[in-house]
Amino acid sequence: MSEPMSALGGAKSEGFASVREIGPLGMISLRAKADVKALPKAIKAAVGTGVPGLRRIEIEGERACGWMSPDEYLLVMPYGAVAGALEAIAKAMGGAHHLAVDVSDARAVFRVGGAKADQVLAKLAPVDFATLGTGELRRTRAAQVAAALWKEGDGFTVVCFRSVARYVFDLLATGATPGSELS
Amino acid sequence: MLLIECPCCGVKAEETELSPGYEAHLKRFGPGSTDEEFEAYMFARKNPKGVHFERWRHAYGCGKWFLAARCTATLEVFGTYPAQVGEPPADIIEKIKARRPDWKGYK
Amino acid sequence: MSTRLSKGGRLIDRSAALEFSFNGKRLKGYRGDTLAAALLANDQMLVGRSFKYHRPRGIVAAGPEEPNALVNLGSGGRLEPNQRTTVTELFDGLEAASQNHWPSLEFDVGVVNNYVSRFLPAGFYYKTFIHPRPFWKHVFEPIIRQSAGLGSAPKDRDADRYEQAYAFCDLLVVGGGIAGLQAALVAGRAGARVLLLEQAAHWGGRAPVDGDVIDGKPAGDWVDAAVAALEGMENVTLRARCMAAGVYDHGYVLADEKVADHTPGDGRPKHRLWRIRAGKILTATGAIERPLSFAGNDIPGVMLAASVRDYVVNWAVSPGDRTVVVTNNDDGYRTAIALREAGLAVPAIVDARANPAGDLVAKARSLGLRIEAGRGIAKVKGGKRVTSVAICLQAGEGAVIDEIACDAVAMSGGWSPVVHLWSHCGGKLTWDTANACFRPDPARPPLNHDGGAMVHVAGAANGAMKAAEALLDATAAAEAAVTALGMKPKKAKAPVAEAVAEGPMEAVWIMPQGASAELKAKMWLDYQNDVKVSDVQLAAREGYESVEHTKRYTTLGMATDQGKLSNINGLAVLAQALNEDIPQVGTTTFRPPYTPVTLGALAGEARGEIFQPLRRTPMHEWHERNGAYFEPVGLWRRPYCFPRAGETHEQAVHREVTNTRERLGLLDASTLGKIIVKGPDAGKFLDMLYTGVMSTLPVGKCRYGLMCNEQGFLSDDGVVARIDEETWLCHTTSGGADRIHGWMEDWLQCEWWDWQVYTANVTEQYAQVAVVGPNARKLLEKMGGMDVSKEALPFMQWADGRLGGFPVRVYRISFSGELSYEIAVPASHGAAFWAALHAAGAELGAMPYGTEALHVMRAEKGFIMIGDETDGTVIPQDLGLDWAISKKKEDFLGKRGQQRTFLASADRWKLVGFETLDGSVIPDGSYIVAPGVNANGQGKTQGRVTSTYYSPTLKRGIAMGLLHRGPERMGEVVEFNTVKGGTVKARVVNQVFFDKDGEKQNV
Repeated sequence: MSEPMSALGGAKSEGFASVREIGPLGMISLRAKADVKALPKAIKAAVGTGVPGLRRIEIEGERACGWMSPDEYLLVMPYGAVAGALEAIAKAMGGAHHLAVDVSDARAVFRVGGAKADQVLAKLAPVDFATLGTGELRRTRAAQVAAALWKEGDGFTVVCFRSVARYVFDLLATGATPGSELS
Repeated sequence: MLLIECPCCGVKAEETELSPGYEAHLKRFGPGSTDEEFEAYMFARKNPKGVHFERWRHAYGCGKWFLAARCTATLEVFGTYPAQVGEPPADIIEKIKARRPDWKGYK
Repeated sequence: MSTRLSKGGRLIDRSAALEFSFNGKRLKGYRGDTLAAALLANDQMLVGRSFKYHRPRGIVAAGPEEPNALVNLGSGGRLEPNQRTTVTELFDGLEAASQNHWPSLEFDVGVVNNYVSRFLPAGFYYKTFIHPRPFWKHVFEPIIRQSAGLGSAPKDRDADRYEQAYAFCDLLVVGGGIAGLQAALVAGRAGARVLLLEQAAHWGGRAPVDGDVIDGKPAGDWVDAAVAALEGMENVTLRARCMAAGVYDHGYVLADEKVADHTPGDGRPKHRLWRIRAGKILTATGAIERPLSFAGNDIPGVMLAASVRDYVVNWAVSPGDRTVVVTNNDDGYRTAIALREAGLAVPAIVDARANPAGDLVAKARSLGLRIEAGRGIAKVKGGKRVTSVAICLQAGEGAVIDEIACDAVAMSGGWSPVVHLWSHCGGKLTWDTANACFRPDPARPPLNHDGGAMVHVAGAANGAMKAAEALLDATAAAEAAVTALGMKPKKAKAPVAEAVAEGPMEAVWIMPQGASAELKAKMWLDYQNDVKVSDVQLAAREGYESVEHTKRYTTLGMATDQGKLSNINGLAVLAQALNEDIPQVGTTTFRPPYTPVTLGALAGEARGEIFQPLRRTPMHEWHERNGAYFEPVGLWRRPYCFPRAGETHEQAVHREVTNTRERLGLLDASTLGKIIVKGPDAGKFLDMLYTGVMSTLPVGKCRYGLMCNEQGFLSDDGVVARIDEETWLCHTTSGGADRIHGWMEDWLQCEWWDWQVYTANVTEQYAQVAVVGPNARKLLEKMGGMDVSKEALPFMQWADGRLGGFPVRVYRISFSGELSYEIAVPASHGAAFWAALHAAGAELGAMPYGTEALHVMRAEKGFIMIGDETDGTVIPQDLGLDWAISKKKEDFLGKRGQQRTFLASADRWKLVGFETLDGSVIPDGSYIVAPGVNANGQGKTQGRVTSTYYSPTLKRGIAMGLLHRGPERMGEVVEFNTVKGGTVKARVVNQVFFDKDGEKQNV
């Protein structure tokens, strides 16, 4: 068996912000209502975080849990940790109605870094980055495709579907072309 | 371009993040219904100039459908609310009545 | 002549000389010049020809309202037509060429139109070019297109790049004159996030030119201090060279920033289109001076009075040595004073008012200027340049009293507030009698999402024409806007401008008042489109009472300047002709953009590789390396076929089909939609969604399913697999995954929200490969790792396991009629798995095949394809799919719709197969002809082809199609029409052409 390959094999670009494909990253889409009693235990067991509030993302080292919708969470972890996390969720949730699926391979993940990383994203997404706080997960549109993003380190993490990874990478790299800073 | 707050995730989403979904609070008629009932459900949609209740999906966001009360003439948005209700919430009805005293109700 | 003055010029840097060219002539200017200023400094007053009569035209204005001075700018990949010289910043090496003339600007053949102009009145084209009909397309239109039109369209790919960006603010202030600056100061101090836009490269607007004094200092000093103060506020952003093009619903504004127009090739984006969302918008967009309508008012050298002043003060350019000022208001006197103070001659101020009085009039008198009160211009004389003006009594009919030699005329007909942005979203206007202009009606603003005012307006844009009024107005407007945003304005001393006592203006729409028809036929309203006073009056006589109709009939205001100069004058003339008041006649609709926005900015980053998202499967690169010819399927790119050297696409498809049927084919099926549906109510839910029963499907098995919309029409199909007690996996069509997932969520969220079901679209989690053909099992056995025998994995079952070490889920399903396995692997292993199958399959004859071979094979088997056999008006019963529709279920989506009489009827077009008698392939899109003609004389039809291919397996053309009562007509011969004419005869047959009993797939 081969090593898992991310969509672009770790593509990189340097402009006034840096763009880097990371991954493959482990991701689980967990659907359950917020009032399910076992939910905190399941999330804790899978990624070690608490249950994020509305539009929040809880980050613990390499693992995170983001609020995607009133009944959907995105669990992030090392690629190899998914199978164990799925087992842990199943065990914690027991008979409670939920759905947990591996979506690691369905996604591409980018790090947009640098002091002006927000200016690259402001060219693609109808999001007010001045009011997007640390720890907020925003699902939105990057030009013509769906994306989710949050602040992390000196920049942002951007998640999109795998099939449009090249498109999103090209968008980000073009947006970061030196000389096109917004301020 | 409209700006509508999604009641499910709180994002003030611009129109390009949403997809429209016609009239809200439709009652479905399936097998056993009369031709008139089915026609009314399927085709006889309201299109008022003024207060209107409609469905939107936060397609590029949390993915949830929600309902909006909006004036189609001035584009004033009276309020948005989750889709899992049979009729508009009382506080939105009150708000519309205050803004449009001659409004005849949502039915 | 026009020339550069030796002193002055507040915007130019005389130490930075620049070279540019106009029609190939090398000329010099300075940094800070506009192209128009530099042209005038080089005595280039004649810059173009008018649209219809090809009359010589000169520079009229100094800003975005300029109607005449449009040029082709640049060349090759940087050629841009219709660029306004008055807003084009000069740069070294700029190339400009005049447009709309042939063969040259100085000598233009088209000017014959001018001499026959009395035969070319308004509506001439409408009236003349109607008959004979064919002449329009072949004679009139080509000639008109040749002689009309403005600049030349670029032929090369645009060398520059463009981008878009989003911006958010509490208050967007449009206009960087003193009103806009003051409004931004008030809002900025109150703590609001302010974005301040100015279309020009410099701040301050008119006040520094007009000599206003603010807080005891020259206006320019106050402007500098205000800009510095705003730049020091963290919550305020200033953008110059940024034109607010349009105001849209809910505080959305588009603005075009000319980032690098003046520094071409420096690597920056040429333009940036800002998509701004503002809590409130405050327009401080100033006012535009109106021309006066007198005979010959289009001769080069006749200019707007304030623009003449701009050229003198801003760029030290004298439009003429001797300038006659003609005015109906006191502001015109400022120009006379500015010219005199620059050492130029002003032979006369012709004032239409009988008794001008006020500070400026007094100053002009004290300077010894000749004032001709109660007079007007009877006629301007000159050809390519003004030589003199004949003056007359304004109240009379144009009898000439005196003729004054001059080479320029500065005219002022009063000022019109720039109300465009206020009006774009429905803000209403009110008539201001004192200033004879429309201004925003504060009681009827455009509305925001909360029902409150979306746009506030300040300064000259609000009719507050004088500096002192404008500053007070801006302070009040900004305080109101900030308060409406829920913030508290800080108490601060408002700046005070020195008041100048001005006498009232007097509306003058025609000069002289009783001008003859001959004079009116030389009074231009719209310079660019050549519309005259006489044209509007003709339109009124011919019954065009609505201003919107008159606009279209005469083309008044329809040129690229959108009537910035002509609108009010035109509708005043119309109102007079109709004997109505101006407010009753009303204005035409203001529509975005305020000034043209280049297409590059509207496209933004969406060009080349990122014009549109292309969806790629994990195997995409392999396909590219192996010569795949791609076709779009939704946004996906799928290999259509893999042609080898020397093969046509058709030959490649035939080879792929034959190889798959005889040996082994591999298909990248990753694009297939995959949706997980799970929960205690998932079975019940799927029974509602599909026409068949899914709840009874045993774990480990697969079942083909159809989905219909509520009207009953077939919308998607695919194989459903039962994964465990609570979980199903639904395959959808390649283009349908997102739509079907949305459809499921719609019903779960909005109708059956108490059902316990969750869905997840896992389409992209898996790469999927169809391993197809007699050798399919051998290949999987060679890969090894799981039992794929007939007994362990029968047809229509699935199993999890490992193949060649890869984690896989294998579905034993077939869309080709062959022994076939569809194998899903995690996408991040997709490329490696695909390569491993090819490596292992080489000795078994494995070849990749594309979508066309897939189509041919499914058609040979009579399998339907959504989008071919369906078009949104076809129900499953039309396709003979009754076996996939449950009779027992009380309800499913589409069941009630299908019960409608016209759908339940047997009298419909239904699916059958066709074999041409001569073995040929029926052309795509063919209809089956029926005897007789319909009410329109068109031949009747009784069906149509839906899929038609050459079958390499059967070596003949095969087709499926819908035929009226088709299944009842087996053996009958019908005729298909063809594009070339004539018909193709075909026999009606069963649509399964190959392996009718399904023996091949079931081994």
